[in-house]
Amino acid sequence: MLEHYLSLFISAVFVENMALAFFLGMCTFLAVSKKVSSAIGLGIAVIVVLAITVPVNNLILTYLLEEGALTWTGISGAENIDLSFLGLLSYIGVIAALVQILEMFLDKFVPSLYNALGVFLPLITVNCAILGGTLFMVERNYNFGESVVYGAGAGMGWALAIAALAGIREKLKYSDVPAGLQGLGITFITVGLMSLGFMSFSGIQL
Amino acid sequence: MGIRQTLDNLEPHFHKGGKYEQFYPLFEAVDTIFYAPPSVTKTTAHVRDGVDLKRIMITVWMCTFPAMFFGMWNAGWQANTAIADGYASMGGWREAILMLLAGGHDVSSVWSNFVLGATYFLPIYLVTFVVGGFWEVLFAIKRGHEVNEGFFVSSVLFALILPATIPLWQVALGITFGIVIGKEIFGGTGKNFLNPALTGRAFLYFAYPAQISGDSVWVAADGYTGATALSTTFQNGMSALTDQFSWMDAFLGYIPGSIGETSTLAILIGAIVLLWTRIASWRIMLGVFLGMVATSSLFNAVGSDTNAMFAMPWYWHLVVGGFAFGMVFMATDPVSASMTNKGRFAFGALIGVMTVLIRVVNPAFPEGIMLAILFANLFAPLIDHFFVQANIKRRQKRTGAMAEESA
Repeated sequence: MLEHYLSLFISAVFVENMALAFFLGMCTFLAVSKKVSSAIGLGIAVIVVLAITVPVNNLILTYLLEEGALTWTGISGAENIDLSFLGLLSYIGVIAALVQILEMFLDKFVPSLYNALGVFLPLITVNCAILGGTLFMVERNYNFGESVVYGAGAGMGWALAIAALAGIREKLKYSDVPAGLQGLGITFITVGLMSLGFMSFSGIQL
Repeated sequence: MGIRQTLDNLEPHFHKGGKYEQFYPLFEAVDTIFYAPPSVTKTTAHVRDGVDLKRIMITVWMCTFPAMFFGMWNAGWQANTAIADGYASMGGWREAILMLLAGGHDVSSVWSNFVLGATYFLPIYLVTFVVGGFWEVLFAIKRGHEVNEGFFVSSVLFALILPATIPLWQVALGITFGIVIGKEIFGGTGKNFLNPALTGRAFLYFAYPAQISGDSVWVAADGYTGATALSTTFQNGMSALTDQFSWMDAFLGYIPGSIGETSTLAILIGAIVLLWTRIASWRIMLGVFLGMVATSSLFNAVGSDTNAMFAMPWYWHLVVGGFAFGMVFMATDPVSASMTNKGRFAFGALIGVMTVLIRVVNPAFPEGIMLAILFANLFAPLIDHFFVQANIKRRQKRTGAMAEESA
């Protein structure tokens, strides 16, 4: 059992890296990777959000939305109710609520990070890596335990990728990039080359 | 002084306003091959040393020679052995050159083996050099930087990690990707973050896997399939490997593989020079080595019934595949590795761990170190960042200075 969780975690971090294998969450990935410190801050925020929303959405799916999920209420006919068409809506709602709480928390206790992240903190709500985590969970029928591990692992992988990209971009400040490629252009190429490096994990069966 | 005079006579044409103004980088490159640069220090306090980037790069280039010459002999020897066993030779112009210079396929003749190997390696190297040099010079002229000798190193390393039978157009494509995307668009030598030779090789590896991996590409004889030591182990276990090759064979390099990577001994000769001249960082090499030993010992201890690679001991990991070559020449690339001393240990260890990990658990890529180094290149700046920050914190504590906002 432990082995299963471990391999799920490893594959979520490296093999199926949210940023470099699926290219999810690109807008924040590219925008907040100029400085290592704020990239790590955002990375931690994403880990927290993913590690909470994926399991919470798993509970919502299992006990409210799936076909027959409402059987536990004891209402007659509840086993025929299928609310899964409300899936996307409820997942986004959970994510938005959680990000709001996180934002208030950071504003109060870590104002420096709050200011550094700026608009990208509320934008985590619509970060496709977060929703992607939940949708992968649904698609792959993870149970509650698996979704905790998967959420944390996917967040870690994304955080690792953005921290590495920020490190590279800090170094690239001293490069001499052709005028037409400066800024986002070279960052796109950098990310492409990074995912070439992460290809070493592709095909690993854990 | 004929050359100096010729160069001096030509020089005005290449300066601003001269006829060939835009070709100045080319002139500069030729000039500094023969003579030391005329520029002198203009500001105060400066370390005076005869060594410069040019000399460092040429030293590295020459350090690959033992591996290169042995590799040519070995490529020929492997092919001649297969041909002696009844396989047909590849024929073509290579055959013609061999017949002209050596008179035939003769396994026992060092010369015949060497010539046959050279007919495979030299065209690869030539294509690498010409195509890579074209891009290097083009970017130098267009962007106004100097033609850098780092290119000598990238090109020879790239040529040495290819299998002998690779089609030459793929060589051209690979070095183009490596030089242009891996290096030049970041501004040239010293400004890239990935090793250009490895970038090119990885590109070929993922784009044309049939010509750069598998069992039939390593030995240049028609229809011959000879697995590398790593894939033999992967498919049939350690005992199959030790039946086929002794450890000494693998150490000396009598095994199939990419041209320059088979002989650990020849590579170590280069390594001694690199370490003695302090061009390569011993910290990185030690880190790679220890990371590899630790991880492979761990896998040995864990053991596995289904995966034979778990049982490969560290001293075999050292001599098979490209491990030694990667450790000595690729991981120590001063540009793409970590810059801090403690960071170099961490960077090396990451490579060592990842190499064994990829070799053991990823059946798709029996060759691990090239990808492991690329992977570690991605994290080198981050590793440096942490060690620099730790150093700043430690010093602040010691001096009690006010914490300054670090960039």
